[in-house]
Amino acid sequence: MSNSVVEESPASKITEKITCYHCGQDCEDEILQKNGKNFCCYGCQTVYDILNENNLCEYYTYDTKPGLKHELVDNDAFAYLDEKGIKDKLLLFQSATFAKVEFYVPAIHCISCLWLLENLQRLCTGVLRSQVNFARKRVTIEFDPSQISLSTIAARMTSVGYAPLINLENSKSQKETHPLIAKLSVAGFAFGNIMLLSFPEYLGLDASEQYLQQLFSYLNIALSVPVLIYSSSDYFKNTWTSIQQKQINIDVPIAIGLAALFFRSTYDILFHIGPGYFDSFSGLVFFLLIGRWFQDKTYESLAFDRDYKSYFPLAIHKQIGVEWKPVVVYDLECGDVIKVRNIEVVPTDATLLSEQAYIDYSFVTGESKPVKANVGDLVYAGGRLLGEPVILEVQKKTSQSHLTSLWNNAVFQKPKESRYKKMIDKAARGFTWFVLFFSIATAVYWYYADSANMWLILTSVLIVACPCALALAAPFTYGNMLRVFGKHGFYLKNADVIERMAGINALVFDKTGTITQGAATVHFEGDLTQHELSCIKSLAASSVHPMSELIVKHLTMPAHWTVKNLIERPGKGIEGEVACLPLKIGSANFVGANALPDQTSSHVFVSVSGEVKGHFTITTALRNGIKQALVNMNALPVAMLSGDNESDKLRMKQVFPASAKLLFHQSPQDKMNFIQDWKAEGKQVMMLGDGLNDAGALKQSDVGISISDNAGVFTPACDGILQGSQLTNLALYLRLAKASTTILKAAFAISFFYNIISLSFAVTGYLTPLVAAILMPISSISVVGFSSIAVGVVSRSILKKSV
Amino acid sequence: MTIIILLISISLTIAILFLGSFLWSMKSGQFDDTYGPSVRMLFEDKKEKKQEG
Repeated sequence: MSNSVVEESPASKITEKITCYHCGQDCEDEILQKNGKNFCCYGCQTVYDILNENNLCEYYTYDTKPGLKHELVDNDAFAYLDEKGIKDKLLLFQSATFAKVEFYVPAIHCISCLWLLENLQRLCTGVLRSQVNFARKRVTIEFDPSQISLSTIAARMTSVGYAPLINLENSKSQKETHPLIAKLSVAGFAFGNIMLLSFPEYLGLDASEQYLQQLFSYLNIALSVPVLIYSSSDYFKNTWTSIQQKQINIDVPIAIGLAALFFRSTYDILFHIGPGYFDSFSGLVFFLLIGRWFQDKTYESLAFDRDYKSYFPLAIHKQIGVEWKPVVVYDLECGDVIKVRNIEVVPTDATLLSEQAYIDYSFVTGESKPVKANVGDLVYAGGRLLGEPVILEVQKKTSQSHLTSLWNNAVFQKPKESRYKKMIDKAARGFTWFVLFFSIATAVYWYYADSANMWLILTSVLIVACPCALALAAPFTYGNMLRVFGKHGFYLKNADVIERMAGINALVFDKTGTITQGAATVHFEGDLTQHELSCIKSLAASSVHPMSELIVKHLTMPAHWTVKNLIERPGKGIEGEVACLPLKIGSANFVGANALPDQTSSHVFVSVSGEVKGHFTITTALRNGIKQALVNMNALPVAMLSGDNESDKLRMKQVFPASAKLLFHQSPQDKMNFIQDWKAEGKQVMMLGDGLNDAGALKQSDVGISISDNAGVFTPACDGILQGSQLTNLALYLRLAKASTTILKAAFAISFFYNIISLSFAVTGYLTPLVAAILMPISSISVVGFSSIAVGVVSRSILKKSV
Repeated sequence: MTIIILLISISLTIAILFLGSFLWSMKSGQFDDTYGPSVRMLFEDKKEKKQEG
């Protein structure tokens, strides 16, 4: 299995290297020895100890080095599982002495895992039985709740390296059934038997054996009934809903074709007119269902890629030793201690370690009134912190799909409906009407020309004209493109964004954090004690603004003060109380100082207890390659909006083309107005900013991209997150977006071309319904194949030039 | 030709039995996990040994 990565150990090349008995990784820093076995870390050794104590060392015999590198975790992390509400949600069944739970354990990867988890009763008394579903990585555990609690089981599993991933939303998994496969098997069964029973019909029978022919025909009817009622029920259901909604969809012609074929055949047989077309009918359903099954499978893999593979980089401050370091949220483990700053989003469910916090859950619930959380409370993923920074303990690994679903919450959708969906809907609807009238016309013609063949030809026309390849083209083209972008550090919210990107003809940049990055020089002028400076550092550390981060980096002294009454005013500054000192840092206006005449650098003023004490002078460095990136954009109107003073004007003039608009002293509202003006002029605007002061502008624009360097702020208002280092490739990405709409149009053209050719064969009576049913999935496959290959080729040729 | 009627009824009955058993096996979850059972049968049952020792 491909999951068993741990078995591949570099140690096989260098024999002297000592590898861990548990996880098989190289023992680099330290080697722990026990019972003559080597371990790379204390975590791995603990797992071995636990297994050894319980006589479970067989674990190591089924698969060599089966363990995964194991970090020690706090066993209290699962205490919340014993709360009644949560327990009720998780347990599949419960009584006083018997309960059943199903856990999702992503760590399951080899035979040893299976063995250990199925011997869980030897590890924790009270567990009665456990069974692993290897394919779905799930363990069903039956236990006696009077002897063992749910949290103990979870903690025990975690202690041996199999932490269950608990998802409260859809925790009770339904038993998976495969209705499509069942329908397919019934249709296939009927198809095969009807073919056999139809043989005499084709080969000819003696007049004396006419009764046999009758018998076979009746058998055919009997075999076809389940095909009509069960196997093809989806088509009829969809038709019914489409009639109710007074909107025609692409299943309508198929349903009409199937019904026509079935009832005509039954009529023929019952009134001894002819043998009917039941072989065609059942074969048709069989191949249609195969096509649908293929389509479902491909959709599934696309959705999986999107949710689990192309994740965006979100960073959060994690405590490592005494330091706070930014880490990617997906590396967070249960028990990690993280710091969340003002307006940052809590990336995962966590308990509050600070005294109190105000959390805005509007991303999750739509309710914007902040909720107060006290120490020990569980704060849910997606909540946004308001006010002083707080410290949290992670309770759950971050779920990519959860964050993606937050991002796609309807609250943040741009008001515009997706154009391509509209286009497809319209095209499909128009096409369906066209097919219906066309087939009636064909039927009328054949009624007079050759009435015996009319029903078959009618059905062929209805089936072959089905525009299902049309519906597949867009999700596949854009889905593949999303993946290409994701690989290159550009994470888009959904497929609609690509389409809007293709129409972009104006760009607006924020300055700080977008055009500039990091600081060339920071120095402080003024009169402050070391203590006061350290307080200022604490205050600045609670903000995620690029300038605050530069100040924090500049001040080297330790600063572990708690900030109280923090208020951050976007575009102005921050104020708060640190160690009983009321502090303000920000623009001259905000702090109450006189602006400096010196316009060559940015200034951040500081006031202590209302008295202006001095200022930081910061010259920011230009982002690498930004000039080239802007040159590549030469054809488009460009603007730069900055909240700062004009200190950088000269430098910006050198960077931007002469035609660019450079505006300074812009408040967040000004930025929004500017974008609105440009949009009113008919421009389609892409805004690039830090996603913080610019949240409003990002939402206002057609496509809002937030630029993320190391530590990113998750702003659901944006449409995409671009890694700072990839900004230079922006022009290429825009071209790629344009190219993908061209590919989509080509796929549409292929689909139409295909339909027209096959229609002409069907109308002239050269195409049997059976061949039509086989051709239909092939047309879908060809369109899907074309769009996947085209996206691959085009993206490779365009991104070749990327830096 | 009555033999043909007999044969067809037998073959159809058998085919329906097979279809039914396939549907049943699918509903009862036999195709949910196709890897687990193949290795589970290889595990040695050392439970008793442990209790003695």
